[in-house]
Formats: sequence, structure tokens, C-alpha cells
Amino acid sequence: MQPLRAAPALTLAVLLGPVLAGLAGTIAPALGYLPALGGEGVSLSPVRTLLDWPGLPRAVGLSVFTGAAATVLSLSVVILFVAGWQGTRVLNWLERMLAPLLSVPHAAAAFGLAFLIAPSGWIVRALSPWATGWDRPPDVLILQDPLGLSMIAGLVVKEVPFLLLMTLAALPQCQPAHRLTIARALGYGRVTGWMKTVFPAVYRQIRLPVYAVLAYSMSVVDLAIILGPTTPPPLTVQVVRWMSDPDLSLRFPAAAAAILQFALVLGAIGLWRLGEVFFGRLGRGWTESGARRSGDGAFRVAGLGLATGSASAVLAGLAGLAVWSVAGFWAFPDVLPDSMTLRAWARHGSSLAGPALDTLWIAGAATALALALTLACLEAEHRFGLVPGARSLWLLYLPLLIPQVAFLPGLQSFALVARVDMGRGAVVLGHLVFVLPYVFLSLLAPWRAWDTRYGVVAAALGARPGAVFLRVRLPMLLAPVLTAGAVGMAVSVGQYLPTLLIGGGRVQTLTTEAVALASGGDRRVIGVTALAQAGAALLGFAVALAVPRWLWRNRRGVQGA
Amino acid sequence: MRPIARLLMFLACVFAAPALAEPDPDDWPAILDEARGQTVYWNAWAGSTATNAFIRWAGDRVADRYGVRVEHVKLADTADAVSRVLAEKTAGRDDGGAVDLIWINGANFAAMKEAGLLFGPWVAALPNWPLVDVAGKPAVVSDFTVPTEGLESPWAMAQVVFYYDTARLPDPPRNMAALLDWAQAHPGRFTFPQPPDFLGTTFLKQALYGLVPDPVLLQRPVDAVDYAMVTAPLWQFLEDLTPNLWRKGRAYPQTGPRQIQLMADGEIDLAISFSPGEASTAISNGQLPDTVRTFVLDGGTIGNASFVAIPYNATAKAGAMVLANFLLSPEAQARAQDPAVLGYGTVLALDKLSPEDRARFDALDLGIATLTPEDLGPTLPEPHPSWMTRIEADWTARFGGAD
Repeated sequence: MQPLRAAPALTLAVLLGPVLAGLAGTIAPALGYLPALGGEGVSLSPVRTLLDWPGLPRAVGLSVFTGAAATVLSLSVVILFVAGWQGTRVLNWLERMLAPLLSVPHAAAAFGLAFLIAPSGWIVRALSPWATGWDRPPDVLILQDPLGLSMIAGLVVKEVPFLLLMTLAALPQCQPAHRLTIARALGYGRVTGWMKTVFPAVYRQIRLPVYAVLAYSMSVVDLAIILGPTTPPPLTVQVVRWMSDPDLSLRFPAAAAAILQFALVLGAIGLWRLGEVFFGRLGRGWTESGARRSGDGAFRVAGLGLATGSASAVLAGLAGLAVWSVAGFWAFPDVLPDSMTLRAWARHGSSLAGPALDTLWIAGAATALALALTLACLEAEHRFGLVPGARSLWLLYLPLLIPQVAFLPGLQSFALVARVDMGRGAVVLGHLVFVLPYVFLSLLAPWRAWDTRYGVVAAALGARPGAVFLRVRLPMLLAPVLTAGAVGMAVSVGQYLPTLLIGGGRVQTLTTEAVALASGGDRRVIGVTALAQAGAALLGFAVALAVPRWLWRNRRGVQGA
Repeated sequence: MRPIARLLMFLACVFAAPALAEPDPDDWPAILDEARGQTVYWNAWAGSTATNAFIRWAGDRVADRYGVRVEHVKLADTADAVSRVLAEKTAGRDDGGAVDLIWINGANFAAMKEAGLLFGPWVAALPNWPLVDVAGKPAVVSDFTVPTEGLESPWAMAQVVFYYDTARLPDPPRNMAALLDWAQAHPGRFTFPQPPDFLGTTFLKQALYGLVPDPVLLQRPVDAVDYAMVTAPLWQFLEDLTPNLWRKGRAYPQTGPRQIQLMADGEIDLAISFSPGEASTAISNGQLPDTVRTFVLDGGTIGNASFVAIPYNATAKAGAMVLANFLLSPEAQARAQDPAVLGYGTVLALDKLSPEDRARFDALDLGIATLTPEDLGPTLPEPHPSWMTRIEADWTARFGGAD
């Protein structure tokens, strides 16, 4: 079983190799070294150019503010909702909505939200002119507002489903029903009791996903381009702009800004950590004070309202894009287009077939690899009693914590030097870096929560460890394994920069097509490609839902597990 | 063989190989031979349904006739292709590159030429090159005043136009002073793409043309003139205009085509474009109402040409040349000029064409929102590229960076 023992090391190498190689390839130009552009020596001039950029303070402020606000809000919504509704039918219902919400790519969700809330958007259209008196859209700044509020809203509606999934996965290990029953027997309200007894245990488990949300929100590019301010934009968007400027000398400050962005993320996580300690103390005092009820009813209503509101925003936005994809001419303030036509689908549908196949192929391969590595790691941990320290988990998260713009260009150079680029295989490996942490993350808690006594029983009946794994543990955990795979598929489907940079533009997926076509701003085309993207991601969730049901159609005990 | 001799033989082969791989542009039959069976990865901006369809059409023709397969690498930004070539050069990949042909604009061309990232010269060797209107359209041999030197082949003429909705704006302003008056009277109804988007910067240059006393100054590098004095009227104009822009100039559309949606939604009444046929094409696509029309400013507007270039390390150079040559054919040029297809101006001199070829152009219906070549009026040359860089940086510092 030597290979299995090596699994954790192999997994870390697969993750860290590309990240470190990529970082090196970014640090060098940040310090002035990039021979192809005449940067032969080390200098601080890229840093100086960056510091001279007049937009820097605001761009940095925006990145930090939007990232922190989106994380605080997303976490609050999820906690409020779960605290108020755990164990109820409402929660089960929203849990079922998770798959479609997770499969909507960030850019598609952003376009959908933009069409909802813009001054010429669906909400204003529904109220105009009869209620507002507007026969032309009002000239008010909603999208791209200087504070980044619409961008924060976009991030929240996309991060809430992810954090909710992580929270629900972590819950079973915290015996929430048990704790809550005791708390309620002691006279605590539902929300208060949950916050005092369950939340601390849950938070410990979702801490890393929260950091990932923080890092992602601070460095998101596609969503920020659609919803975020532009005068100046958040720092990562400026990095991308400099990277794509015809003036090639701007690659140097771009690299310096990418490193600054990385430092900002690290700093923000550090501050968040301090905040955890601070609020942990505060919370402890509150818990020990013995207060029984603190506005429970209001919190329940708020939690439900926010959670359903954010889910509805994504779904309504997607519905808006669906209508656009079949719209003829559609003027303001009409709620629906003059005429419906399938022209956009006929035009683009056929050219999406090839990219769709490649998308599924790449996502399937990357997810399969990620699942294999994850299962091998977890099984090795179980069989050899390896106790993974918190540090190795941190390493696992590294690709999610480092902004993509900080290491992908460097990774591209690395792939070029090694001549392992331009093919689908290389793109699969590039995606693996991002898919693996999410798969690992999704599977970790349910896998560890498995009752090992089943294994002991099977071993007592003569099964070898391999057979226990294949015939007992894997079948019992099939549903979480497939769910983790579905999350991985969705992550892979949404990857833009890794596909473009490592594939050299020659590997075209639904997402690269969608981004290229969206640059023209034609909502019909955006509607078609966004639906195609969401459909591809949804496929994984459909499989995760259908296969266990079909396989265990006559085994009710496993179905319940 | 002695070891030394063997080593020399080996080295000779190694160094000879790249030279053999380079096609000789002057031997066209050999180019055609070599191109057959090649796949050309044409990296081109893909935000327009019309251009994507045209590229597909051109690819089909070239495949039928010359056995060259064309793959449209759909880009959100031309710079992605430039980045790719640059990354390849950084990594020492001087052959077998991913990019075979780029639809390139002036600023990217200047940068690639400067960094030695282009193959050529090859353009003068194209069989269709003699049909190009070099005398009448100087923009086909100098891109943003940078001489092309045969490193990029023109395939379409572009000229600044404005489009407007006659249902809301019957009489559009026809010079920069009138534009400012109108914007002050109707705040929030005009905007332009945010510089450094090239169309946004073009608006600034066009405004400069309308505001400087002596436009000849713009042909010189900024260092050779009194930049502060020449641009003072421009900054004053923008100080007055910006608060009256859409969203008071606190947000801008990020690209030219985004303005189409703003116009359709009724958010703006007037928009700038670099494609004289864009409005007609958008009307026929159902993106704009059929009340939209096009006009040009009094005194002429900036014109330039669209080009394709081959990176120095392209894999299918011969195939790329065959494709570029096809794009210069009267057949492709007439199709590109058709507003139902693209609506781009031709780079050819119509008087050099055969009567049959000229008939293709005469037969075109230019579309309701497209101006005839006469109505397009005089084209102004692009200012020296140093203006673009300087104005962009100053605009960003004044209006795009911080309050």
C-alpha cells in the first residue's frame, strides 16, 4: 500500500508546484526582471510606477471593502438562516435549490443581477411607467457605483449558496439537533440557543471556506468588471487592464500590483483571524451571561428573507437572461420583448456544441482526478492514522487564497518553458489546481463523519481494507462523493483565465466563448452562453442527485444516509 | 565521421532547420503548397456576432479553395493574443507558437513591432496587394502614423461616425462645441467608452481635432510641441462635458459595442463608433430600433484601417498569408462592405478592379443607417501615437483615477 501512503504528498505537489512556479513567475517581473521586455536586472521601478498610479488608494480600499463586506454579509445571511431554520422543511427546500444556484457561473449571475437592478432593468421596467412615471430610464448610478455596493450584492448572492453548502456539510458532525434540544430545554430561544451551542462548533469547521470566500471576493475579476466601479476599478481589475494594455511596459507594474493584491489578501485573512479571537471572547461573555432570547422572531424572519431574497435574485436574473436569449427588439420600459425569436440560439447554439463537449471533457477529467486524489488522501489518513495538521489544510487552500492574477501568468510561462501547454491535457491539470481544493473541502467533513464501526464489522467478517473501502465505505458515502464531484465540475466549468492562458486560446470552452462573446455586450448572446454554461455545471449536480437514488432505489437505509 | 565533424553537421542542421521552416513570401506558389493542410489559428476579437459570422465565412472559403483550415480563436481582448506571443518569447519558444494571425489594432501593432514580435515583411508579396488603394487611403500603410513596413495587411477601413436615435434627437450636434452645448442642455444622454479603451481614446483625439487651432501639430510627437498649451482646450472641454455625461461621468461603458445596449434601453441618445456600418448591422440584428441614423462631424473624422499580422513564431505562416490574401480579394471585401454582413469600408481601389468585381460593390445596398462614401466626408489621419499615450494617461489621472 505504498502508493496510497504517498497520496497526500502527491496531492500537495500537484497543488503547490503550479502555484509556487506561478508565483515565482510573477514576483520576477514585479521586481523588474522580464528579459523579453528588456527587464534584465532587479529594480524597484515597477513598485514605484504602481505607487505613482493616482487610483491606487481607492483601488486598494475598494478591494478590501468589497471583499470584507461581501464575506461578512454572506456569512451573516447563512448563519442567520441556518440558526433560525435548521431541521425545518424550509431549510430542506432551500437546500434543494443549492445545486442550481451553485451552477450559475459568477459572470452569468452578475449579468443577470445587472439586468435586474439597473435603471433600465427588469425591476424598473415592471414599475414603469405606471408607478414611476418614467418612460426613459432614470440617470442614476446603481451599477458600477463608486462604493462597489452592487458588486457586493453580486458577490453575496453567489457566495451564500457556497457557504450554505459548506455549513450544511459541516453540521452533522456538530450534533446540532442534540445541542439545540438541550438548549431549548434550558429555555433558550431557537436562534439564541443555536448561536450559543451550535455556531462555535460549526464555525470551527467552516473557517477555511470563509477565508476562501474572503480571498475570492477581494480578487474576483469577471464579476467586478460587470458590476464593480471603474473610476478606478478594484485592484485586480486594474491588474488585468495593465496586463492587457498595448503598452507592454505596463506588465511590470501589473505584476507588482498582483503581488500587492496577494499581500492584501494575506493581511485581510490575518485581520479576520484577529476578529475571530475578539468576537470569540465577546461571544463567550454573551453565552455565559445566560441571556435566553434576543429577538429570535425577528432574526428568523430576517434570515429567511435574506436567504430566499438572494436565491431569488440569482434565479430571476437567470430568467431575465433566458428571456433576452429569445428576444427580438426589446425597448425600455417594456416588461417583455416585442417579439420572440430563436435566432440567437440558431446562430450561436451550433457553434457552442464543440466548446460544450470540451468543457464537459475537461471538467470531467479534472474532477475525476481530483476525486481520486482526495479519496486516496482521506483513505490514507484513515488507514495509516495520519493526522493532518492544520498546516496541511492551509496548503490545500493556497490556490484559493492566492489571487489568480498573481500566479496564473507565471504559471503560463512555466508551462511554456516545459512545453506542456496548448493541449486539453494541460488545461485539465491547470483546472485541477482549483478543482481539487473545492472537492477536498466538500468531501472532508462527511467522509470523516462516517461511523468507523461499519469498517470494524466488515473487517471482522473478513474484508481486507481495500474491500472495506470499495464495498462498504464508498457506497455508503456515494452521495457526498458525487456532490463533491458536482462542485468540482461547477468550478471547472467556470474557469476562464487558466483555460485561456494554459490552452493558448486553442482550447475553447463554454466559458472562454461566453467571455469573448460577452465583450460585445449583446444581451441575447450573453443569455445564450450563460444558460449553456449553467447547464453544463448543472449536469454534475443532476448526476449527483440521480445516481444514488437510482442505485439505491431498493435500499432505504442508504438513501437516508 | 569524426566527432567534431559530426557535431558541426548536427549544429548546421539545428541552425538550418528554422531557416527552412520560414516560408519565402516572394514565392507564392510555394506558399500555396505549404499552406495546404495547415490550420490557421486566427486570434480575433469575438464580441460582435457580425464579425464572427464573417470570419466563419472566410474560413469556409479558404478551406474549400486552398485547403487551409481556419480556427477562430475568440478573444475578449486583442491584447490576450499579444500577451500570449510575449509569454512565448519570454519562455524562448521561437517557433511553434499558438497564434498564427491576429486581428490587430494600431496600439498593439506598434507595441509588437517595437518588441520584435512580428513576422515579415510579407504583405507586398500577396497577389491581391496591387488592388489596394495605397494612394487614396494612406492609412493602409501606416497604422497610427507608425509605418506598417509590410508587417501587417489591411483588410477593412474604419472611420469615426456617431449614431443617434432620430425618435429622440432629431438634429444631432455636428461639432464639438455644439456637442457640449447639447450635452449641457440634455445632461446624462451622452457617454463614450472609458479610456484606455481605444474607441474612448479616439473620442478624446477626435475632440482634440475639433478644438485645436492647428491640427497639423497632432502629426508631430507630443515632445515636439507645447503639449500643455495644445491640450488646454481639450481639458477645459472635458471639465465642462464630464458632469453632463451619462451617470455624471462616474461610470462609463467599457467598450464601444456596450453603447448599443445603452442606446436600445434609451439611456443615451448619441454614441460614437469606429464602424460606419455598425448601426445598420445592429438594426438588422434587432439590437437597435430602425429610427437610428449615422452622421459625421463637420470638418471630417478620424479614419484608420483594420489589419491582420503574423507573429514571429507563428506555426502556420503560409496558411496565414493565404488567409490574409483572401481577405484582400474583391469577393471578401465586397462581402465585408455589405451592411447586412459587416458594413466595413473596403481597402481596395475600385478603379483597379475588373468590371465584374466592381459590380459586386455597385450592387451593395448600404442600409438605412449607413452613410454613402461621399457623405462620410474627409478622413483625418490618426495623431502621432505619443498623443494617444499621453492623453490616455492624463485623462485617467484627471477623470478616471480618483475624485
